[in-house]
Amino acid sequence: MTKKIKNLNLNFGPQHPAAHGVLRLILELDGEVVEKADPHIGLLHRGTEKLIENKTYMQAVPYFDRLDYVAPMNQEHAFAIAIEKILKIDVPIRAQLIRVMFCEIGRILSHILNVTTQALDVGALTPSLWGFEERETLMSFYERASGSRLHANYFRAGGVHQDLPAGLENDIATFCDNFPKIINDLENLLTDNRIFKQRNVDIGIVTKEDALNYSFSGVMIRGSGVPWDIRKSQPYDCYEQMEFKIPIGKNGDCYDRYLCRIEEMKESVSIIKQCLSKMEKGPVKTFDGKITPPSKKEIKQSMEALIHHFKLFTEGYRVPKDEIYTAVEAPKGEFGVYLISDGSSKPYKCKIRAPGFSHLQSMDYLIKGHMLADVPAVLGSLDIVFGEVDR
Amino acid sequence: MINLIDLEKKINSELTTKINKSEIRHNQIYVEIDKDDLIDTVLFVKTNKDTKFRQLIDITVVDYPEQTQRFRIVYLFLSHEFNQRMILSYSITENEIIPSLTSIFPAANWMEREVFDMYGVKFKDHPDLRRILTDYGFEGHPLRKDFPLTGHTEVRYSEDKKKVISEPVKLEQNYRNFDYESPWEGTKYIKEQSDNDDKKN
Repeated sequence: MTKKIKNLNLNFGPQHPAAHGVLRLILELDGEVVEKADPHIGLLHRGTEKLIENKTYMQAVPYFDRLDYVAPMNQEHAFAIAIEKILKIDVPIRAQLIRVMFCEIGRILSHILNVTTQALDVGALTPSLWGFEERETLMSFYERASGSRLHANYFRAGGVHQDLPAGLENDIATFCDNFPKIINDLENLLTDNRIFKQRNVDIGIVTKEDALNYSFSGVMIRGSGVPWDIRKSQPYDCYEQMEFKIPIGKNGDCYDRYLCRIEEMKESVSIIKQCLSKMEKGPVKTFDGKITPPSKKEIKQSMEALIHHFKLFTEGYRVPKDEIYTAVEAPKGEFGVYLISDGSSKPYKCKIRAPGFSHLQSMDYLIKGHMLADVPAVLGSLDIVFGEVDR
Repeated sequence: MINLIDLEKKINSELTTKINKSEIRHNQIYVEIDKDDLIDTVLFVKTNKDTKFRQLIDITVVDYPEQTQRFRIVYLFLSHEFNQRMILSYSITENEIIPSLTSIFPAANWMEREVFDMYGVKFKDHPDLRRILTDYGFEGHPLRKDFPLTGHTEVRYSEDKKKVISEPVKLEQNYRNFDYESPWEGTKYIKEQSDNDDKKN
């Protein structure tokens, strides 16, 4: 007698806590072994690129917060740099330091979230409770600088929206002194944890060659031993003046990527400290009155300033015809903006290159032959946020 | 390490017949080719020891509805070895079918699906050309310039039918697009103009 064996199709998501958002993953299972994974994305598609085409450059900034909403300012940075390069404007040094500092805060925000939720996915609850407390502190820094915990809308072409409020620098410095201890606590919980290692070591291995072919970037490519970080290789803003190391993995498995993230957080703390020590009083936006709106005081006194302000917030500034691709090292990898301007005050085209998109695409390649229980572990180590994958 | 100018020379000398135009701007090299030369060019820049563009960063399309060659297909490449970026592009008409890069870069799979979804450009030899970002059963290609910002349909939960239904968009008020463009660069005052006229005369 012969038995007919049929592969089982399993719907993972779209509402599953370990799917890190709205991912519908259709898994073909042979027993407990995954034969095929077909991610269905787009459940959070909002048409960001289309909307940006219909907004002025200044109005488009908030859309970038909503891409990778775990580290909002890193996205704004890419867009701001793209406009600055086309307009050929210089950013004052204080603004550069503030931007780099907040990008590193964003990196810590994102890595805490990822490391702790990945631990949660494989069964450890405590790290997320400890880590989220720190995230809350960091988000309060966001709030004090920009007025908003998540959707900051803080970076502008030519600088940042406003100067830091009094006392914020000191509080960030205090945080930098305390935070390494928290990282140590997290490491004590996870790094040598038997269960955590069993679930992550040798799971989801990516070879160097495949990491290149699948367009990996960020921790995903560094975990596989490729020393590539845009902050070092194509430095933007004041990253050139910063001293930091790039942690690199050996085996390219989930555990190495976890270690990379932990080390990167330590480096980020050091970069924030360097920013704080370099920071001096000074302007936080370019003086070019055709891009930077006049101050409230000027508006009250000068008719021209009022007109400028009105024009900047209705028509917006015009960007000459050009085409550019700029990329920044976001926490998740290479986040790029391919911007085409046509001389008007709205972008003609703005393509957003999200790192998570190419990472998630490799899900089938990563998970083939693994057990069902490894799916959340691999998915967690990919560091997926659907805001940016679906755009 | 070779610099961008050498790279431009190298690409131009090795692929003389295939390159229509190349230039260096913003520390990146912009190359224009013909559709039929895509596979050859990409294979060359990926494997040649002096170029090594081994990472495909993104594929996208720019829509120019007023031109006969409506779509401009853009490929972004990155070379880790030489720390260089290249932007490769070519133009096609609306219904042309273009070659797929999936055999050279597996990462092209979803990028081409996105291009197909957003612009309706079809790819030859693509293993799985489905929509990717839009909803199941979506019609139209949203990033085309002639697709309205508000879309054509909206979805809501119908209490009668006890399911989510989609119906044509009904707006209480149209999306308003004010024309703010005005002589922003300052007016030419009559005095200045007459001064200039005097000088000419």
